[in-house]
Amino acid sequence: MRPTPDEVDRLMVQPRSQVNTRPAIRILRFDRVQRSAHWANALLFGILMTTALPLYFGSLADVVGRRHLIAQIHLWAGIALPFPMVVSLIGPWGARMRRDARRINRWSREEVRWLRTFGLTPMDLDKFSPGQKLNAIFTAGVIVVMLATGAVLQWFRFFPVTWRTGATFVHDVFAFVIFLVVFGHIAYALTHPDSMRSMIKGWVTESWAARHAAAWLKEERPEV
Amino acid sequence: MVLGGLPVQPLRPSRGRRPYAAQVVRTSKEPGGRDSGKQVAVGRRVFLGIVALGAAGVAFGAMVQDVVSNAIGSGLGGLLPGGDHFRIYTITSFYPQVSRKDYRLHVSGLVERPTTFTLDDLEAMPSVKLVKNFQCVTGWRVPDVHWEGVLLSDLLDTVGVSAGAVALSFDSYDGADSESLTLDQARLPDVIIAYRMLGAPVTTAHGGPVRLYVAPMFGYKSLKWLSAIRVVDQVEPGFWEMNGYPINGWIDGSTDATDTGRS
Repeated sequence: MRPTPDEVDRLMVQPRSQVNTRPAIRILRFDRVQRSAHWANALLFGILMTTALPLYFGSLADVVGRRHLIAQIHLWAGIALPFPMVVSLIGPWGARMRRDARRINRWSREEVRWLRTFGLTPMDLDKFSPGQKLNAIFTAGVIVVMLATGAVLQWFRFFPVTWRTGATFVHDVFAFVIFLVVFGHIAYALTHPDSMRSMIKGWVTESWAARHAAAWLKEERPEV
Repeated sequence: MVLGGLPVQPLRPSRGRRPYAAQVVRTSKEPGGRDSGKQVAVGRRVFLGIVALGAAGVAFGAMVQDVVSNAIGSGLGGLLPGGDHFRIYTITSFYPQVSRKDYRLHVSGLVERPTTFTLDDLEAMPSVKLVKNFQCVTGWRVPDVHWEGVLLSDLLDTVGVSAGAVALSFDSYDGADSESLTLDQARLPDVIIAYRMLGAPVTTAHGGPVRLYVAPMFGYKSLKWLSAIRVVDQVEPGFWEMNGYPINGWIDGSTDATDTGRS
């Protein structure tokens, strides 16, 4: 069976590959700051989602108990949640992070069309596909919403009862959507090992970029 | 290295152009080498949309929840996120397991006849049925819960309250939780010792076999796994009150510590 271009790529980047001894050209996709921010954020989401289950489902609470301890872990992970993103965006180390944030914010009309047609409109993709951009925007939005509604639940005495009920409603519904999106994100990562490697080791190969992020490659290597 | 995509960039540097010249062209562009005039701030719009949706949900969520549970019934609503849904609160890491046969309620303190009630004793007394919301202080709410039990006021009449009694202290089989009510609050017509809830005997998770239900106050006042009632001469703050919750947890009134103790 013939390997896909991505698989050939992966073989080529092995230093002692039998297939091709010429190492593929690597391009930095995520620097150390971005990778740290991503994995710190992922860890906090993991803690929050894990502790959320027994807080919400009575049958799990039956098994786990210790509601107060779990609620405290959930609370402190929530308080820590904005820090990976904020710290990596501000400060002199955040230049690439800020540049990518602008990239995620501004869409060309082609990108909007690409998303509307579920990727069927061919185009030279940017560093991130419109779907990846949407995931990042969603994550930023829900961090704000979950923090705000979580604060109402925690410091409830400063808010009227209807707000508390509304905040519980929003916190629950958004949590449900977050579970769907996060599992989708992980499923995409596991089925796209080259993208996932760029979030672990930082780089992609030039040939990968040519196939999956052609517009970005032109920007990175205009001489090619 | 053009792969046949739409050329978004009008002035793409061509092959063989000197790198310096290429960079000059590139820096005049937005990320992606695209013309900023043709770009839309989709990120900001979607982000603000999500936040606005959250804010609207806080403002109208309680109303939405009521409409939904009225429309499809609280049974189905319990399956939806944000619908009618009990969160099971425990202080300890286990549920106290008390069988119906071994259950005892000790009533002592400033009473004329200190008494220990079995579950049979309680069920033999006149019962009251209530259909009322369970409202947690943190906001979640389960509408129209069916409750059945003995009016606390009737129980107090059975044992006889002595002179000088001011308040009641409640203990739980979990060994950690405790609660308090003033005598006036305890005499309200919707404060019961509940042995049936949601149309069945109170389950262990909900505080069975016997729990307190204080309808006009937030859920933390409705102590689970009720083991003892002591009639005392002053209000003793319970577990949640020691952790910062108001002593008088009126749902419809002020919840701050300066509550007047309306009854």
